[in-house]
Amino acid sequence: MRYALKIAIRYLTANTAQTALLVTGVAVGVFIFIFMSALIGGLAEFILSRTVGDLSHITIEAEDRDPAVLIDAPGHVLAAIERGTTRTATLADAETWLPLIEGVPGVRAVSPQITGAGFLTRGAQVAQVSVTGVVPGRESAILDLQGYIVEGSALTGSGLIVLGRDLADDLALSLGQTVRLQSSGGITALLTLSGVFETGSGAMDGARAFVSLSLARTLFAMPQGVTRIEIKLDDLNAADATAQRIRALTGLDAVPWTDGAEQLMEALNAQAQTGYVLKTFALITIVIGVASALMLSTFRRRPEIGIMRAMGAGRSFVVFVFVTQGALIGLLGGITGAALGYLALLPFPSREAFEPGTLPMDITQGSYGLAITLTVIGAILASILPARAASRVDPVTAIGQ
Amino acid sequence: MSTLLETRDLVKTYGTGEAATRVLRGLSLRLEAGEMAALLGPSGAGKSTLLTILGTLMKPTSGQYEMLGQDMIAADDRALTEFRNAHIGFVFQFHNLLPDFTALENVIFPAAVRAGRETPAARKRGRVLLERMGLAERIDFPTANLSGGQKQRVAVARALMNAPDLVLADEPTGNLDRASAMQVMDLIGEINREEGTTFLISTHDEKIAARCRRQVGVRDGIVTEEPRLA
Repeated sequence: MRYALKIAIRYLTANTAQTALLVTGVAVGVFIFIFMSALIGGLAEFILSRTVGDLSHITIEAEDRDPAVLIDAPGHVLAAIERGTTRTATLADAETWLPLIEGVPGVRAVSPQITGAGFLTRGAQVAQVSVTGVVPGRESAILDLQGYIVEGSALTGSGLIVLGRDLADDLALSLGQTVRLQSSGGITALLTLSGVFETGSGAMDGARAFVSLSLARTLFAMPQGVTRIEIKLDDLNAADATAQRIRALTGLDAVPWTDGAEQLMEALNAQAQTGYVLKTFALITIVIGVASALMLSTFRRRPEIGIMRAMGAGRSFVVFVFVTQGALIGLLGGITGAALGYLALLPFPSREAFEPGTLPMDITQGSYGLAITLTVIGAILASILPARAASRVDPVTAIGQ
Repeated sequence: MSTLLETRDLVKTYGTGEAATRVLRGLSLRLEAGEMAALLGPSGAGKSTLLTILGTLMKPTSGQYEMLGQDMIAADDRALTEFRNAHIGFVFQFHNLLPDFTALENVIFPAAVRAGRETPAARKRGRVLLERMGLAERIDFPTANLSGGQKQRVAVARALMNAPDLVLADEPTGNLDRASAMQVMDLIGEINREEGTTFLISTHDEKIAARCRRQVGVRDGIVTEEPRLA
């Protein structure tokens, strides 16, 4: 059908102004499609990075032991045993699992931790604190602690403690000064403030303390094992699948971040649905534009179609000429719109550098290929009706026009 | 000479009910291969309708039509399209060229449609035909830049492109001045004599009809006479 292609191209180039206008219309639709893709995708990234970015993507916690049934003889009243408020369960074999978990594809970092509650005392000042013991050197594996450090360093070690800004201020504590930490088990340690962080979250900055894992063992009387393992992934959207894989591999209860984040997921889904609707409207606009332009072209070229039919051109030849025109308009408009969309997105900061107050556009989520493909398909579909109308032109009446 | 086509009792009615108009009323005609015939008759006599049916662009309401031994009434649209492309050429009163194409592109259209591309052989034949029409200098001209006579000669060349057995010409000189009309008729006569192509030419002009060896009269939808003009 090379010849039909030539005719289609000739028809498009015969009226360059009209074709340019048509291609521009399609390009604008594709531009909107790409802009919406980048905005919706970027917004989702932005929201996730702000809400989940600093959290563990997969968390493994020790399962509570089943309470012993104290009275099990028939005819007796059963006693309901409530779980204690202090965690006692441990992942005793954590050391065994860690290399396996680190080897799972997509796992970026693994942080074994011992967590617990305690009190910080400095003079007359006392503050309740949530203590996290981490492996020195892995302080920033999950939460980017070093990134939030405003004074000192995030590095934990023997006799060192890292506190939030609000907590340090409440205790009137400066870098290098000492503070007494008493764990919920009553074990006390005298520690030196080595770093102060500020995340902007009151719960973090006012009640969290980071110490080394070995110090946490001492404080919480846990000579082996850990209380939880936090895992960071390359792609947080892969959390469900990766958690399933870790569960299958280790038998541990690996919980993805999406568990318990249903509302966030619903909001993101709603946002994505909004994006689909807007993109669908953009595509519909393209289809209507191409269809109406080709319908007009069909009407204008009725006498020529009649001549072609009289000269021996079959209906399929005529259909091919007009469908090819639609496809070419879609392709040209798609590529132009995609290029314009890419250029328009270039000035926006990258996804790693989103700043508050600016549109979180993600240039990598422009769906350029999809936009071009859907546009070409849409334009072809749009041209089928005019093409069929053209193929049904009666050569006798058309030539007589 | 062998029979090229034959129609029997062709009837063509336009419209239905009270608005029905019967244009052909049982027209029978036979054309021998290599003939050059004029179709004479007043407006509304049914000449154009007959040419349209003979050109397989329209089917009669009833009657029989065979060309080259094939039943043109029973054939479907695809078969008729292929048959038309291979065996029939058209020359219209208003040339009806494709305006966005050059003279050569117009001429080779029937061959390109058949082959699916513009072959070198088609281009060569197209050039030869245009040169024969006296348009050697206008081969690559857009048709919009040609005069009326030149356009009609391009149309004749196009009709001859696939070396058809029959060329149907509906008032081919009706829109031309006398000199151009005679030039076109000279070319048609030359091709008829040299290549044996059959021509059926509808015309009001008796001087044009006189250039043909046979004259067929049509009135009220039937062949009324076959006058032999000098």
